[in-house]
Amino acid sequence: MPSLKDLRNRIASVKATQKITKAMQMVAAAKLRRAQEAAEAARPYSERMGSVLANITQAIGGGGDAPALMTGTGKDDVHLLVVCTAERGLCGGFNSQIARLARDHIRKLLADGKQVKIICVGKKGFDILRRDYASMILDRVDLREVKTLGFVNADAIAKKVIHLFNEGGFDICTLFYSQFKSVISQIPTAQQIIPAGIASAPAEAVDGGSAVYEYEPEPGEILSDLIPRNISVQVFRALLENAAGEMGAKMSAMDNATRNAGEMINKLSITYNRQRQAQITKELIEIISGAEAL
Amino acid sequence: MAEAFKFELVSPERLLVSEQVESVVIPGAEGEMTVMAHHAPVMTTIKPGVVTVKTASGGEERYVVFGGFADIVPAGCTLLAESAVAVKDVDRADLARRIQEAKEDAADAKDDEARSKAEQFLSQLTTLEGAILPA
Repeated sequence: MPSLKDLRNRIASVKATQKITKAMQMVAAAKLRRAQEAAEAARPYSERMGSVLANITQAIGGGGDAPALMTGTGKDDVHLLVVCTAERGLCGGFNSQIARLARDHIRKLLADGKQVKIICVGKKGFDILRRDYASMILDRVDLREVKTLGFVNADAIAKKVIHLFNEGGFDICTLFYSQFKSVISQIPTAQQIIPAGIASAPAEAVDGGSAVYEYEPEPGEILSDLIPRNISVQVFRALLENAAGEMGAKMSAMDNATRNAGEMINKLSITYNRQRQAQITKELIEIISGAEAL
Repeated sequence: MAEAFKFELVSPERLLVSEQVESVVIPGAEGEMTVMAHHAPVMTTIKPGVVTVKTASGGEERYVVFGGFADIVPAGCTLLAESAVAVKDVDRADLARRIQEAKEDAADAKDDEARSKAEQFLSQLTTLEGAILPA
């Protein structure tokens, strides 16, 4: 049975922990709002990019001059996985969910006899994947120093991927990240970015949008400029979604922790009070029985 | 007064401009062009330069863009810029850094094609610097 002093110390320490988790939850809530705003602000660009891309692929009609980034190398032997996770833990199952999806994917590819290469974005994913697949990890991108996620960060990652592709380092590139659905639900997602799936133009674009465009310079040239940019945009979007998802996950994890700490404090206080009462009763009995003995 | 049309300037980070304008001057890859309402559909890449927007209310705004695309249809014009800032907010140091990077790119270019591309980019940047920063 712990002594009264032990119990008091326990309660004090749980209270301190609760204060920390509470503060972390509030910080995450504030950061979540900012991350969500950033993700929303980036949406118009990626939407417009999508529609422009659909238009232009339609114009080219999948002709022979489509760049390799779009059509792929025609093989699927070597797969590159870009696994985006958070830099910090304490956000529930957020990082492990992404890592699990990536690991399942890797296992399937290995079972099919494919070669797998990995680029890790974020420290946590690297830590998890390093245990099993250390030899496949080509590179890791550290965004720990980055305060506000900018397009330049995504662009740097995309450039790395494209450079590797041009050297013939891989055939298919898949991006792993967590889609931000709501504060309590983030969906780990795998998205193939190279070769870019030729978006079948939506029906309305066929009637209205497919006006005869003039291209300056040639469509092929525009496309070969547009595709790398589109990859950067996809990476950027993934990073933003991840940032929002991380904060959402952290917020709910910390909310849980705060609530658990509260429960624990209640339980400990009850034990503490009971024990104090027992001690008082014991002392009373001692006094009374001492008086009676006289 | 010329007819107004919808112009949008979007960078990956945010939507900078979305309003009714009278005309827009775009630094196209193959020369500057002025876009007005009912322009024929054109898609063009843009080089680093200044976009001049004449708004429907009569004001004039200037933005610096570093590469991107313009999608022009009769009903409007969308400019997807890699990065864009209003001319008055241009950071001299940032521009100098970009020029420095371009110089390095030109110096390490492996083949002639890459070098000429890098040099072209560099000259566009220096022209831009001359245009917006009165020495």
